Amino acid sequence: MITVALKPATMAQALTRALRDAMAADPTVHVMGEDVGTLGGVFRVTDGLAKEFGEDRCTDTPLAEAGILGTAVGMAMYGLRPVVEMQFDAFAYPAFEQLISHVAKMRNRTRGAMPLPITIRVPYGGGIGGVEHHSDASEAYYMATPGLHVVTPATVADAYGLLRAAIASDDPVVVLEPKRLYWSKDSWNPDDPQTVEPVGRAVVRRSGRSATLITYGPSVPVCLEAAEAAREEGWDLEVVDLRSLVPFDDETVSASVRRTGRAVVVHESGGFGGPGGEIAARVTERCFHHLEAPVLRVAGFDIPYPPPMLERHHLPGVDRILDAVGRLQWEAES
Amino acid sequence: MTVMEQRGAYRPSPPPAWQPRTDPAPLLPDAQPHRVLGTEAAAQADPALLLRLHAELVRGRRYNTQATALTKQGRLAVYPSSTGQEACEVAAALALQDRDWLFPSYRDTLAAVARGLDPVQALTLLRGDWHTGYDPREHRVAPLCTPLATQLPHAVGLAHAARLKGDDVVALAMVGDGGTSEGDFHEALNFAAVWQAPVVFLVQNNGFAISVPLAKQTAAPSLAHKAVGYGMPGRLVDGNDAAAVHEVLTAAVQRAREGGGPTLVEAITYRVDAHTNADDATRYRGDAEVETWRGHDPIALLEHELTERGLIDEAGIEAVRQDAEEFAAGLRARMNQDPVLDPMDLFAHVYAEPTPQLREQQAQLRAELEAEDDSHGGAHR
Repeated sequence: MITVALKPATMAQALTRALRDAMAADPTVHVMGEDVGTLGGVFRVTDGLAKEFGEDRCTDTPLAEAGILGTAVGMAMYGLRPVVEMQFDAFAYPAFEQLISHVAKMRNRTRGAMPLPITIRVPYGGGIGGVEHHSDASEAYYMATPGLHVVTPATVADAYGLLRAAIASDDPVVVLEPKRLYWSKDSWNPDDPQTVEPVGRAVVRRSGRSATLITYGPSVPVCLEAAEAAREEGWDLEVVDLRSLVPFDDETVSASVRRTGRAVVVHESGGFGGPGGEIAARVTERCFHHLEAPVLRVAGFDIPYPPPMLERHHLPGVDRILDAVGRLQWEAES
Repeated sequence: MTVMEQRGAYRPSPPPAWQPRTDPAPLLPDAQPHRVLGTEAAAQADPALLLRLHAELVRGRRYNTQATALTKQGRLAVYPSSTGQEACEVAAALALQDRDWLFPSYRDTLAAVARGLDPVQALTLLRGDWHTGYDPREHRVAPLCTPLATQLPHAVGLAHAARLKGDDVVALAMVGDGGTSEGDFHEALNFAAVWQAPVVFLVQNNGFAISVPLAKQTAAPSLAHKAVGYGMPGRLVDGNDAAAVHEVLTAAVQRAREGGGPTLVEAITYRVDAHTNADDATRYRGDAEVETWRGHDPIALLEHELTERGLIDEAGIEAVRQDAEEFAAGLRARMNQDPVLDPMDLFAHVYAEPTPQLREQQAQLRAELEAEDDSHGGAHR
């Protein structure tokens, strides 16, 4: 039996390692963004890359997100594989025209002649005490744009695997990195090739029989905590980590809900027009006859992201999740 | 220790020495747009080049009138004409080498055609059977770009990537006067200058952004002056003087190729037709203005020069016109054929592999088409 040495690592370290490995494996991989070079990024995810690969491979750009993504389009047209860092969720908005009108459409527009293998890394979500414009859950915008893949890791191993898969993809992939999980630690073996996960597959993080919590990214640890707390109530909750919002893994999600008969979707993004509505609809369409209760959503409120001293009231927490689980019409069973 | 506390010990010092990071003087455009035709410089112009430009301009004008006619016949959904701007369109194409890249806007199908693109493929977007009717890599023509100025950063990125690879490639990006107000214009020029990317920006100042005149677009001395703020040279040229536009663009392309960095070229021209066939230009400008510009027509200017110098005679002009007629007839005949459409294409190119969700929708459409076929006796598809 081969013993693999697992070491504790943070999600940020795993992302750095993914970038480094991708750059070492493929000379066409170029990292670009604000402060990604000398400083190593404001979250230090690109730490050491400029030093190791040179500033032409890891480039401090002018401070202009549309320009960063727009020039990345041209670089990809010439055969490079740019990895773009948007410094914060809300700072990615200036790049939306490039993202929606060009990045997402170029392959389709040219009948496949001009694919754009661009990875767009976006630190996203709240829970870090950030001041205004530093905590948006912006995934619904990306999900609503055909032509993009959208992934979001919840574990250290997935952070590495999803980012490597994103860079290897010939399609544009938006990698939503949960800021509050950057410093989360896990035992992880970066030398195990199995850690490169395919884009598009969800995973059951915790098996259970009573109900399914469908979630992703920053809300996965919250749901796992809620599932532990639910044992006291007599509920055995299953937690599905979507990992990939586009493509969506209907198969894994539906299989889980058919087993449990009840589902709650949990995310930070606002509920109205948010991912939960789409997910609840998909589950209902596929699992209607297995459902014991309507699919519920626990989402952020439909408000602009609150100031940091109030954000705990906004973010879905264990109590709010358990309240929703409690409303899944259990009384009908007794 | 605050300044108040250290009063007495505090010795004011001058700020660190400052000087401009680059000398602005050589970046400034000339006081007047550069002209060749009708000046002494015309005598130095290569006769073969002038004749080539003339033939391309005449063909280009005929292409414009033919495409406009095709909109009236319902063969094109819309056509943004470059009538009056043929000198810029043609010179942009001829200033480039085969290995270079052209980044056109939606009004620049003529530049793409002058570069060698099949006109039917160039017009696919405007016919509406697909967005981009050609493989951009074949002639190194980027997709015709509709969102204003958004193609400019693409040109910068491509030129930058070529330089990183050590390739001797220049990108030429085309934009209108209205497009210079967009943020992407600013960001593209800034990135280009910081990276010293081998790219040339050609602004066709044709007087209008649909209906809005330049005076409502900018307070800059000229659009070429904007270059100075980015640390690149700005050049002004008479956009209806094909020899002048060709000369200025060729010099800018060569400068970029030799590592001299980007150039912004403003060509002063005029959009003789309305914005598109769907626009009514009489709502925002008078006939007198249009007539003034017809007196400075790019084809008439060049023909006058060629005739004066005895480089072409009536028969020669007639032969050029005949070639243009044949070109238009061929285009007309091909555009009068209905394009072949496959609705399944809607799903084929969104991703390298369709997502499971798209596969389901693909199956749905296929079933709908089969039901349609059944009810039409199999006439469709």
